[in-house]
Amino acid sequence: MLKKLFRQNETYLFLLIILLSILIGTRNPLFFTFENIAGFLKSYSMIGIMSVGTLFVLILGGTDVSFTAIAQVVEYAVVVLVMKFGGNIFIAFLEAAIIGTALGLLNGLIIYRFKVPIIIVTIATFNIYFGMLYVITKGKLINNIPQIFKDFGNILLFPQTSAIGGTYGLSLMPLIWLAALILGWFILKKTMMGRSIFAVGGNEIAAERIGINTFATKLFVFGFVGFLAGIAGVVHVAIVQSVVPNIIVGKELEVIAAVVIGGASIFGGRGTIFGTFLGVLLFAMLNNGLTLLRISSYWYSVTIGAIIIIAIIASAYQRLQRAKANIKVQIQD
Amino acid sequence: MQELLKLSGIYKSFEGVRALKGVNITINKGEIHGLVGENGSGKSTLIKIISGFIQPDSGKIFFDGKEVSRLAAGETTSWGVQVIYQDLSLFPNLTVAENIAYNEMLEKRTAFTDWKEIERIARNAMAKIKIDIDLHRLTEELPIGTQQLVAICRALTSDIRLLILDEPTASLTKKDINNLLSVMKDLQSKGIAILFVSHKLNEIFDVAENITILRDGMSVGTFPSKSLTNDSLVELMTGKALNQTRMARQTNSSKVILEVRHFSKKNNFKDISFSLKAGEILGIIGLIGSGRTELACAIYGIAPPDSGELFIHGRPVKIRNVRDAVKEGIAYVPENRLVEGLIQKQSVMDNLNAAIIKSLSHGGYVPYQRRLDHASQWIDRLNIKVAHPLVAVQTLSGGNQQKVVLGKCLSTKPSVLILDSPTVGIDIMAKASIHEMIRNLAAQGIAVILISDEIPEITHNCDRILLMHAGKIRAELDASTIQASDLERMMAQY
Repeated sequence: MLKKLFRQNETYLFLLIILLSILIGTRNPLFFTFENIAGFLKSYSMIGIMSVGTLFVLILGGTDVSFTAIAQVVEYAVVVLVMKFGGNIFIAFLEAAIIGTALGLLNGLIIYRFKVPIIIVTIATFNIYFGMLYVITKGKLINNIPQIFKDFGNILLFPQTSAIGGTYGLSLMPLIWLAALILGWFILKKTMMGRSIFAVGGNEIAAERIGINTFATKLFVFGFVGFLAGIAGVVHVAIVQSVVPNIIVGKELEVIAAVVIGGASIFGGRGTIFGTFLGVLLFAMLNNGLTLLRISSYWYSVTIGAIIIIAIIASAYQRLQRAKANIKVQIQD
Repeated sequence: MQELLKLSGIYKSFEGVRALKGVNITINKGEIHGLVGENGSGKSTLIKIISGFIQPDSGKIFFDGKEVSRLAAGETTSWGVQVIYQDLSLFPNLTVAENIAYNEMLEKRTAFTDWKEIERIARNAMAKIKIDIDLHRLTEELPIGTQQLVAICRALTSDIRLLILDEPTASLTKKDINNLLSVMKDLQSKGIAILFVSHKLNEIFDVAENITILRDGMSVGTFPSKSLTNDSLVELMTGKALNQTRMARQTNSSKVILEVRHFSKKNNFKDISFSLKAGEILGIIGLIGSGRTELACAIYGIAPPDSGELFIHGRPVKIRNVRDAVKEGIAYVPENRLVEGLIQKQSVMDNLNAAIIKSLSHGGYVPYQRRLDHASQWIDRLNIKVAHPLVAVQTLSGGNQQKVVLGKCLSTKPSVLILDSPTVGIDIMAKASIHEMIRNLAAQGIAVILISDEIPEITHNCDRILLMHAGKIRAELDASTIQASDLERMMAQY
């Protein structure tokens, strides 16, 4: 049992997170306050939601980079739709889910039909989705977003009054992140669709031979990525309460990095929801911790890069140990 | 005997090339049926037709006495036909339980997974062949022989009536092969028919009652295995009588080229000493896990030994890496030429030139004509069958690919050539021509180390034989006096 625990990536990540929180918390006690934790969880909700989709694509055996463009398009489109036709927050989420899923499915169709690497197709559709957004909107900002987004973003659970008179509490956004994690876990672990994603990621030819519908599997994964990106787009506008048409794009590498640090293999077939959660949590804490320790935020990227390198070295070292343990010849005298 | 599956007059073309030209085969209920033929004889195409992956252009198919218009992929499974491909088609990242139960779970068409049911299915399947593998291990962590059993268990989850095994023993150790053959007989006793495809004729003779022979897309016929001998089977497969007798060779040279003294490496081999003369073919025979490949890697500098000395032309040399070995005139053809020896997607020309590209260049620039000339010269010398030097290596047959690897090595003008299992997975005629080539090289004065676990390959080609087992040399034998049967008996001791 213990041996298994030490073979798992999540264990080390978990220890690293504990270590880091002690380090930050002893230097600045503000770190452990409810206000602070609720704050950084909220600001990483969007990345957290998108990370679940990225995990699915990595397990399938590829890397999607277009989901930030989808989130960006959805964010803009839903805000415009609500401005034109009205509606409540549920309608807004429904619209986001439909547009996001549709754009994701388009990715899936192209990838399956033309058998092109996922990263190439999604680089192309990233540019098309994001480019079309600029062509149509001419890059115009929307500062005065409909009230429903503001109201939704301002809902606080367990509201408290801070020392300086403001209120704080737990936003709904981290709960949507949590819901995405649970949904992702359920699909991967408890449904045949989830298992077929692992199967295709592990050995696609075998999956086809055994009768798994690889087309449906791929469509599902990319539809799901689009769906989550759509939800993430609405979550983002509810948090920042304005629409800047190029603010989500550019986050894709951070999301992918978080999922890879969480133990997902870039070669497909491997990855867990818990690891993905820890990966995003690590990034959120790092970003927050650097601010609390008054270290320039530029160090954030440097630190992330360093952690990725360390993670790669650690897993290479583990592989080497395993290879060494695998004795090829039992010498007999 | 009742007929289970009968195919008659099967024709199939791919893009105008006839792969099958009138094939007949009848598999009886509960028999083990051998299917043999050289590479390209149409075995794979026939299996794909039986498994329903491709449709024949014409011909009749009867299953259980009833004529069926066509075999479709899902349909044959529902009749109880299962194929285990050479690559096993397992999911390395999933557990043993899930790999075994996947078919069955898929057939239930449920949306949700039932982990208890998965384990139950896996346990039942393992009970059928009386094996016990940890259900929660990842398949990739298992040795290849165990993975083979997992693949068989997966086939046993459904009501199976015909199991097709495509080259199941190609990468197994002797022990695993014996284990597999007894599992096959066990399944047969349960009334399951098995179509067994193998290059290793002795295995076919061991278990099959009837043998169907394919040659050039046509069936030569089906024979009771008792009516055939090894030689007559080979003749039916190749259409030629093959002279498999020992080649009388003369090595008069007394010039020792390579000498290994007390080579040891932890978990690889221990206290290995031998010498090698110019023009000599030294056979190293041993199974997977005997340390034979590890020893070759040590001499060639891939994984240098912990201790020991190496002499070349009587001069002590230190080989720390492959470059050192090449400089000393050692060449090595690895066991897995597909992975280690060739760049599959590149041309025959580039592969042939890869080892000596520096010497072809003028200050960094390599003129096309020189590359072409050098490659063409080796294609001629080794009689490599290729339409043009620019054709990608992956399109060549196994035997021709092996010749490309050899050409690449020989172009460095080595004085020592180490060949690790050079004819694995190669058909009989190509094998014979590679053996001839090896003997010619030795006749030109190259010292050859031939590593193999095939007894005839060793006894027919070598001058001297080292028997390796569990990391040590157990015997040194004179090939001119030893009989294949004696060598077999000696190996069986370990």
